[in-house]
Amino acid sequence: MKEYWHKISHTTKTLKDGLELTFKHLKDARNSRDPLYPDNPNYFDQQNGINTIQYPKEVLPVPQNGRYKLHNEIDDCIVCDKCAKVCPVDCIDIEPVRAVDEFGKTSDGTPKRIYAAKFDIDMAKCCFCGLCTTVCPTECLTMTSEYDFSEFDVANHNFVFGEMTPLQILEKKQAFEVYQTEKEAAKKAAPSAGIKPRIPMKPKMGGPSGKPVMKPKMPMRPVVPKRQDNEDPPNSKPE
Amino acid sequence: MEVGYYGILQTVADLLKLVQKEDIIPAAADKKLFKLAPIIIFVAVFAGFAVLPLTSGFKGAELQIGLFYLLAIVSLDVVGILMAGWGSNNKYALFGAMRSVAQIISYEIPLGLSVLSVIMISQTLSLQEIIYQQGILINEIDPGAANYFFGIKALGIETTNVGGILTWNIFRAPIFLFSYVIFFIAALAECNRAPFDIPEAESELVAGYQVEYSGFRWALLMLSEYGMMLLVSFLGAILFLGGWNSPFPNIGPVALADWTTGAPGTLAGHLWGGFWLISKALLAVGIQIWIRWTFPRLRIDQLMNLSWRYLTPAAILLVLLSAIWRLLMI
Repeated sequence: MKEYWHKISHTTKTLKDGLELTFKHLKDARNSRDPLYPDNPNYFDQQNGINTIQYPKEVLPVPQNGRYKLHNEIDDCIVCDKCAKVCPVDCIDIEPVRAVDEFGKTSDGTPKRIYAAKFDIDMAKCCFCGLCTTVCPTECLTMTSEYDFSEFDVANHNFVFGEMTPLQILEKKQAFEVYQTEKEAAKKAAPSAGIKPRIPMKPKMGGPSGKPVMKPKMPMRPVVPKRQDNEDPPNSKPE
Repeated sequence: MEVGYYGILQTVADLLKLVQKEDIIPAAADKKLFKLAPIIIFVAVFAGFAVLPLTSGFKGAELQIGLFYLLAIVSLDVVGILMAGWGSNNKYALFGAMRSVAQIISYEIPLGLSVLSVIMISQTLSLQEIIYQQGILINEIDPGAANYFFGIKALGIETTNVGGILTWNIFRAPIFLFSYVIFFIAALAECNRAPFDIPEAESELVAGYQVEYSGFRWALLMLSEYGMMLLVSFLGAILFLGGWNSPFPNIGPVALADWTTGAPGTLAGHLWGGFWLISKALLAVGIQIWIRWTFPRLRIDQLMNLSWRYLTPAAILLVLLSAIWRLLMI
């Protein structure tokens, strides 16, 4: 019986303490907290105040180097396909069209030899690992600080970075075909010449000197060849 | 906080949105029960508002058995909840409904007993009469009646014309302070509000018996829950806190109670009455929200423990004490 009354008094006291604590916070909840970034020395000084953020109107600061929406500066892109190869979820879709000759230079001086007929990044698939930005040799592929890109249709999450019109793509393709056939013909005509016309498969980096400007220091995962061809063998389909 | 000044119209906008939504009925649900349940819950709760007096001259149905009717119709809520839980054909919904029913039926007892002690002091089931007895207008319905300090006639301090907080039930019979606490706790459990929200228990049952509902049917369930909160707050204010009576007493020539009451039926009477009753009810709703901020959810055994081992014996004791108190009042 003594325990019974003790329980009642103990409960009443603890309930009262809890209510007092929340009431104290209610009194303090007159102003919103300042949106401080965690490296601010005053970050932990804001113990009181309204926590709720009126989101679209107020936003918390995000880190400069955060992994959010991808952006490709297509003028600096040499279409090396490294990002698409390293992507664990295959969200980058690239269609390269080889140029007849070097057609420009990126801002760091790397010659551009492949057109990007298609450079799509499907942010709906993206796992925000940031590997593609690490392997990018010209640093044209970056993650921006934009994180709110919700859409009504999931198809709108496919961001298109290629800027070529279908007509341009067709022209470039035909030009390369013509160049290819001409070269074949030249090869047949002078097979003993011994000089192979070299088509640069791999774009050189770092301008005319051939020295790479940037070398990623991070331990990289070796590029595993894609297994796309194994995925759907036509004869293994169930009836 | 998007619609209206400081988000005043947000609820209306939300409702309009919910009305437009698709009415989804799960394929495996018991369609008749599933469709009917929100309507029954909504009707049961909102029919309770029918007998509430809002001011001295403005009231709902003039029922002599108003309080009895209110408790009875609100209990029908349980049937709707069980229908919703069973009809959804979902384990969470059924768990939620079972818990809710067990809880509501258990807490109906202390709730009913604490209301009973008020009835024993007031000697009436009419809510309007109960309020009239708790203020300076007591002689409007019963010319010979008188109020005494703490309700004890032997003290000889008559407070009939003093009014204010001194004639509220909570002051007329100070044991009602405990009755009101019991009433408040039981009412919290009746509306499935935190810390008695195990029927909903977001973290374990997702949303309890509401889990399969969407669109306007869900809106009805949610409205009923908040309607129930408001209803029990009104009832608590009427039974214990003087209803539409002013809290200020007449002190000699400073007739605060007269100034803040107004004659029944006049505009002043309506405005003051409505203001005091709604303020008291909203204060109680505020306390319910405050409690929700503070306390964690009770486990089902703790919940039953509280009802059967603490609240029910205390409520029975208070019924006996209020019988004795009534003897002191006459």
